[in-house]
Amino acid sequence: MKSRVAPWIFIAPALAVIGLFFFVPVIAAFVLSVTDFDIYAMADIGNLRFTGLENYARLLSTPLFWQALGNTFYFVVVGVPLSIALSLGSALLLDSHLARVKPFYRTALFAPVVTTLVAVAVVWRYLFHTRYGMVNYALAHIGIGPVDWLGDPHWAMPTIILLAVWKNFGYNMIIFLASLQTIPAELYEAARIDGASPARQTLHITLPLLGPTLALVGIITMAGYFQLFAEPYVMTQGGPLHSTLSVLYFMYEEGFKWWNFGAASAVALMLFGLIAAVTALLMRVSRRWIAP
Amino acid sequence: MTGRTGPSALFSRIFPRLLLSASLALCAVCAAAAAEPVTLKFWVMGREGEVVQQLLPEFERRHPDIRVEVQQVPWTVAHEKLLTAFAGGALPDLCQLGNTWIAEFSALNALTDLDGLSRSSSVVVPQDYFGGIWNTNVVASRLEGIPWYVDTRLLFYRSDLLERAGVRSPPRSWNEWEQALAALKRSAGPDRYAILLPLNEPEPLLALALQQQEPILRDNGQYGDFSGTGFRRALQFYASMFRNGWAPAVGGAQIANVWDEFARGYFAFYISGPWNIEEFKRRLPGDLQRDWMTAPLPGPNGPGTSIAGGASLVIFRSSRKTQAAWRLIEYLSEPAVQLRFQAITGNLPPRRAPWRDPQLADDVYARAFREQLERVRPAPRIPEWERIAEAMQETAEEVVRGGASVDAATRALDQRVDAILEKRRWMLAHKKMQ
Repeated sequence: MKSRVAPWIFIAPALAVIGLFFFVPVIAAFVLSVTDFDIYAMADIGNLRFTGLENYARLLSTPLFWQALGNTFYFVVVGVPLSIALSLGSALLLDSHLARVKPFYRTALFAPVVTTLVAVAVVWRYLFHTRYGMVNYALAHIGIGPVDWLGDPHWAMPTIILLAVWKNFGYNMIIFLASLQTIPAELYEAARIDGASPARQTLHITLPLLGPTLALVGIITMAGYFQLFAEPYVMTQGGPLHSTLSVLYFMYEEGFKWWNFGAASAVALMLFGLIAAVTALLMRVSRRWIAP
Repeated sequence: MTGRTGPSALFSRIFPRLLLSASLALCAVCAAAAAEPVTLKFWVMGREGEVVQQLLPEFERRHPDIRVEVQQVPWTVAHEKLLTAFAGGALPDLCQLGNTWIAEFSALNALTDLDGLSRSSSVVVPQDYFGGIWNTNVVASRLEGIPWYVDTRLLFYRSDLLERAGVRSPPRSWNEWEQALAALKRSAGPDRYAILLPLNEPEPLLALALQQQEPILRDNGQYGDFSGTGFRRALQFYASMFRNGWAPAVGGAQIANVWDEFARGYFAFYISGPWNIEEFKRRLPGDLQRDWMTAPLPGPNGPGTSIAGGASLVIFRSSRKTQAAWRLIEYLSEPAVQLRFQAITGNLPPRRAPWRDPQLADDVYARAFREQLERVRPAPRIPEWERIAEAMQETAEEVVRGGASVDAATRALDQRVDAILEKRRWMLAHKKMQ
């Protein structure tokens, strides 16, 4: 008997913390999501109406929500592979025997991760300014006309992706670098003796052994990129024409701008379900690939 | 032995002194509490937050028992911060509130009715205030705020550029305006424009919509009427300024510095408010100071209406320092203080007395505002208005940037607005609100 109670006592504090800060808010969010909690309900709780799944139904018929979802997928589908490829590429370069002054490059490439996004956004807004920006100035030299990076609905999201990738790739690069350094040198030596070219060594030794790290980085990056918010918030406020409006930004506006907490909670839970589903899918796929 | 009795002996020696000093300290606290001045928490937005501090030393000198703690809140986050503070029970004692937000906070039952206080006041005299502006503070026959300054939008223009384009006087009607815009664009060339209408600002379009006979919402604000003839005419006119190349299709974020661009001649007309009189004087280079002026907003057939905007001072119901807060409102409403406030910010007073002072009566830039204030109409006074105004501006952006047709876009806008107003209709139907 005693031996059954003891473990519960040990995990009770952790369970209490998780219950209080995870399960209670999630349940509260669910309860809110089946009501029409808004400023009228805030004034007098008697104005609260139980609406069942109406919030969800209305969301699914709101074109703006679908646009936000589409934008978020655009950001994830382009941004995550780009970010991982850039991280992996720079990690491979840094790990190479040919690289010089490695500590300098490692720090320089990691620097964007530790800078403040708000401060960076000010600089980026100037860099991508249509008339005074350095980017357009450089493009003009190779004969490309001015691009309205943040004002053109077609260019705003690519600009946001560029910012997010530049800001975040250093973090994954460090993880890849650590993982690369655990690959035994003997394997490369043996491959060299067998006459394998550097390209084949990368393909048949480096990438397979990086598999678990790649899966981890992929899942974490994907879950993070689904929660796109800060970049559009500081760069474009979701505009122009909602082209950089993400699901989380949509939720923020419903909740904290218009005080429709019912609808905002419904958005939050839908995003939660979406991320959970995509993560489960990625885990299953990666397990099948990495297992053998 | 000493090891056992020592500490207790020490304790019995020290304890009475400890008790004495503790009770002394307690008394000191009581005494301090008695003389402690009342501290008012006062939230002020944007530029007013910077300058109101200059007016407060005089108030604190006259009322030694009141201290004012000003917190500056940027306009962009003010609405969110106020609602969050309401939900968290952390509202200040008094606050500057844009008068389009009064209906919302009134629906929240968050504002103190100032009717009784203003009746017995010798400073805040309702008859001295401009009637239309005063009424924006009256919701369901409750006086929810006292106007602090008025805000309306009209034309700022570069007189030298107008002259060069052959436009002799500022336009009074839409027709004249169109001719002036076309002439300005011709003389400006492809890289410059006749007018700046930032696509993220709803005010210019709202002013054009308020110039129409038809109201923007119908049936006591229960349904949108954006697809009605009035609003469609306003939106057609607004969109035509972009279609004809008179206005650049840019948002505020793409204009790094409005004053620099105005000085460079990037545009000749700019629809803006009274605060910019001061900013233009301060920020435009010296040789340009003779080349800009203000003019009333042109209307469809002659001088037009503009927005009855502005900010009021409100006392939150949660405050327990109503009397002290009212003293501050009275002080800020005194004609002399309003004139000082006007001198620093360019904000125009909502009451007549300060307007008779030469400081305003002789101000060439304020003259157009004085004329415009005769023709101002408020935006619909319902809690959902901010959201509707944003939806309206998004629709305008779709028409300008996305090339949507005005008819289809306004029909879609009406649908969106009717959905936003669903709860209001329910509240009215169930008599939960007037």
